[in-house]
Amino acid sequence: MTLRRRFNQSVDWAFQALGLVVTVLGLVVLVTLLVDIARDGLSRVSWQFVTSFPSRRPEDAGVYAALVGSVFVIGLTALIAIPLGVGSAIYLEEYSRRSRWSRLIELNIANLAGVPSIIYGLLGLALFVRALGFGRSVLAGASTLALLVLPVVILSTREALRAVPPSLREGSYALGATRWQTIWYQVLPAALPGTVTGLILALSRAIGETAPLIAIGALTYVPFAPDGIWSPFTVLPIQIFNWVSRPQAEFLRNAAAGIIVLLGLLLAMNGAATFIRDRAQIKTDR
Amino acid sequence: MSVSSRGRLERAIEHLLFACASVSILVTIGILSVLVFETVQFFRTVSPIEFLFGTTWTPLFFDKQFGVLPLVAGTVLVSSVAMAVALPAGLLTAIYLSEYAPTSVRRVVKPVLEVLAGVPTVVYGYFALLFVTPLLQQLVPGLAGFNALSPGLVMGIMILPMVSSLSEDALHSVPSGLREAAYALGATRAQATVRVVVPAAFSGISAAAILAVSRAIGETMIVTIAAGQQPRLTGNPLVPIETMTAYIVQVSLGDTPAGTIEYQTIFAVGMLLFVSTFALNMVSQWLRERLREEYS
Amino acid sequence: MIAIDGSSTVFPITEAVAEEFQLVSSGARVTVGISGTGGGFSKFCAGETDLSNASRPIKPVEVAACQAAGIDFVELPVAYDGIAVVVHPSNDWVDALTIDDLKRMWEPAAQGTVARWEQVRTGWPETELHLFGPGADSGTFDYFTDVIVGDEGASRGDFTSSEDDNVLVQGVSTDELALGFFGYAYYEENRDRLRLVPVDDGDDTNGAGPIAASPDTVRDGTYRPLSRPVFVYVSTASLARPEVAAFVDFYLDQGADLVREVGYVPLSPNEYELIAGRVEARVTGSMFGEGQDAGVTLAELLVQPTHP
Repeated sequence: MTLRRRFNQSVDWAFQALGLVVTVLGLVVLVTLLVDIARDGLSRVSWQFVTSFPSRRPEDAGVYAALVGSVFVIGLTALIAIPLGVGSAIYLEEYSRRSRWSRLIELNIANLAGVPSIIYGLLGLALFVRALGFGRSVLAGASTLALLVLPVVILSTREALRAVPPSLREGSYALGATRWQTIWYQVLPAALPGTVTGLILALSRAIGETAPLIAIGALTYVPFAPDGIWSPFTVLPIQIFNWVSRPQAEFLRNAAAGIIVLLGLLLAMNGAATFIRDRAQIKTDR
Repeated sequence: MSVSSRGRLERAIEHLLFACASVSILVTIGILSVLVFETVQFFRTVSPIEFLFGTTWTPLFFDKQFGVLPLVAGTVLVSSVAMAVALPAGLLTAIYLSEYAPTSVRRVVKPVLEVLAGVPTVVYGYFALLFVTPLLQQLVPGLAGFNALSPGLVMGIMILPMVSSLSEDALHSVPSGLREAAYALGATRAQATVRVVVPAAFSGISAAAILAVSRAIGETMIVTIAAGQQPRLTGNPLVPIETMTAYIVQVSLGDTPAGTIEYQTIFAVGMLLFVSTFALNMVSQWLRERLREEYS
Repeated sequence: MIAIDGSSTVFPITEAVAEEFQLVSSGARVTVGISGTGGGFSKFCAGETDLSNASRPIKPVEVAACQAAGIDFVELPVAYDGIAVVVHPSNDWVDALTIDDLKRMWEPAAQGTVARWEQVRTGWPETELHLFGPGADSGTFDYFTDVIVGDEGASRGDFTSSEDDNVLVQGVSTDELALGFFGYAYYEENRDRLRLVPVDDGDDTNGAGPIAASPDTVRDGTYRPLSRPVFVYVSTASLARPEVAAFVDFYLDQGADLVREVGYVPLSPNEYELIAGRVEARVTGSMFGEGQDAGVTLAELLVQPTHP
């Protein structure tokens, strides 16, 4: 083997090693992050922590109000975003694919997906809190988050619809069904697992959002669970943010424990999404 | 149902769905109107020249100055640190996964990258403030508790998956014929990758980088928690600064009645943020189109 | 539901009262925000909140805003606070500060010019000066600038400002070159990570030499000029609701213990009684007019008629 060839081989080997090291870097950081948070907060996670309201005494404080608030807000966000998002996706995918208006909407959605989340917060502040008079309520928060996740819902639903084989549609038309009948009875059911998976992933992004809700004025000391859509509220990320801002070590432990609860919630949601996707895979493979 | 009423129902449904799709247009119009309206009000009091080119930002204080450059500097500083991490590491990761990695490695690494991308930013903020900053303070003497280095590094890790996955897509869209031709000429994998594949995928990789910059600029919680709240026109990553996004949060945490100049500042800064990210996203989109055209 | 907002300095007291109140009265729901004294008043005078926490008396312009909105209020002093001036524990060059030192650091002219410790007092290190303080919406900010710089609101703008005093504690406690000021309770909670700086007001009649802030020096008036009363304002319209009236009574009744627990200085039992009397009689308006020094004895002010 010539000297040059040997040199090239060793460069190749070094490059490959570098690539592996850098790729593993991400894994290392993730593990460090999780270990650090677990070490800081795992001992604090308890039934008391999950069922207590915020308190000035860190040992008495808990995430109950924030947890219920998060679930409440995300539920309402889903109620708003799902009809709008799925409806839009159906229209763009099934009804008009080539018109100039659709092209504009598609471009627009791609742009909206890249707008920083705090801008949605400013929109929510001016539109929902002030102009429409929702105040600093669950409804204002959910509406703002619904707009934030709308592009993601539309994009993932479109993908699910696109994955449905055209033969299904053609068969349905051949039997005399109208377009809506085809969509409602054939296409949607077939696209359902993919759609649901995409929805859960979009909502799991929303549950971790902090900035837009701060902009619309979600409070930090809310020692009660919201009791209606007009109620003031707080959510897990904001409660965590509040505790992180306090310098006392006990509150920082609470922040870590809150993060564990949040990550647990996310894990559950993503697990559900994967489960649905895998079960659908089994169904279609059969 | 009679044929004609069925037809009416179908048309009604089509119109309803069209309305849903148009909501997204309304959202964009909403964002633009809100930002433009308040920014125009703002520019009635403050000249655009002072805003865009002034070097002192003290809108909430006695001596009100409205030069936004310190906030821009803070944003650019943190984003630069983030890109210095994410771009090389993300690209190398993409190259490794695309050209070298055995399936077993890919099966582990890809989900890990997805998880990294899905971690809520408030968690990253906690990590930056309470783990990375103390660690760095031991390595870098004189590092202040609030600084641009720590959130920059953490933000880099956060956007690494985005750079990696988009670059990987770009590398994949390069036809294998190009690679095979390089190998036929006796190139090693490293040479083929660096000299042929990466340059061929250049527009796609640039698109990925630009999109990552846009994401970094718009990031809020990591910098709010760990970077500080002191607007400062500096290139020093070791001192407290304030980014555009952190300023908006700072004002939102307080209270500003609608119609005051303070209220208008968050929309003026928001407008600048929107325009920057929009421009970057458009450039990225255009580059990706070019890559598609080249190889389709 | 009882909506409260305003000063971050007063927040710990109101939070403690709200927490204890909700334990004894079923169904009561209290939210407390920290928009800053100024932010709290703008919400209060827009009718959005029932009570407003304030670390300074209400200003005449704010009184006018309330009147324009048809909102009458009762002014309730609830505690005395000393503004603590703090540095990082490893700071070994500052032993005490005079009012002139503080003024040199914080006045508007310092913006962009006074950036190093040795510019404040010769002989101090040439290292950077990192300042942390409440923001322009804060009553603590208003009071500090009033008594130190001489003009309310007159301050440099190039420092780390936040309405959330916790952020300031975090900033100073992790930065060797830092100096900050905030309500005494926040120092008390974080003694192990901050160093308190005694302040010398140059006036021997109320204590010679530099005096360190503490509940004692605030109560006996030697920690001047940075001692002041802090307030809660309640609208008469809200007082008409039984839960709000119950809350205010609870505040004045249990306030002393909770104030002490949080780290501030409670008023005397006599003063609390006088205040309770004002609530009963719905005495509206503020005791403090334009340019009034908030550092006078409350007991005297409480028996005087209020300003219109």
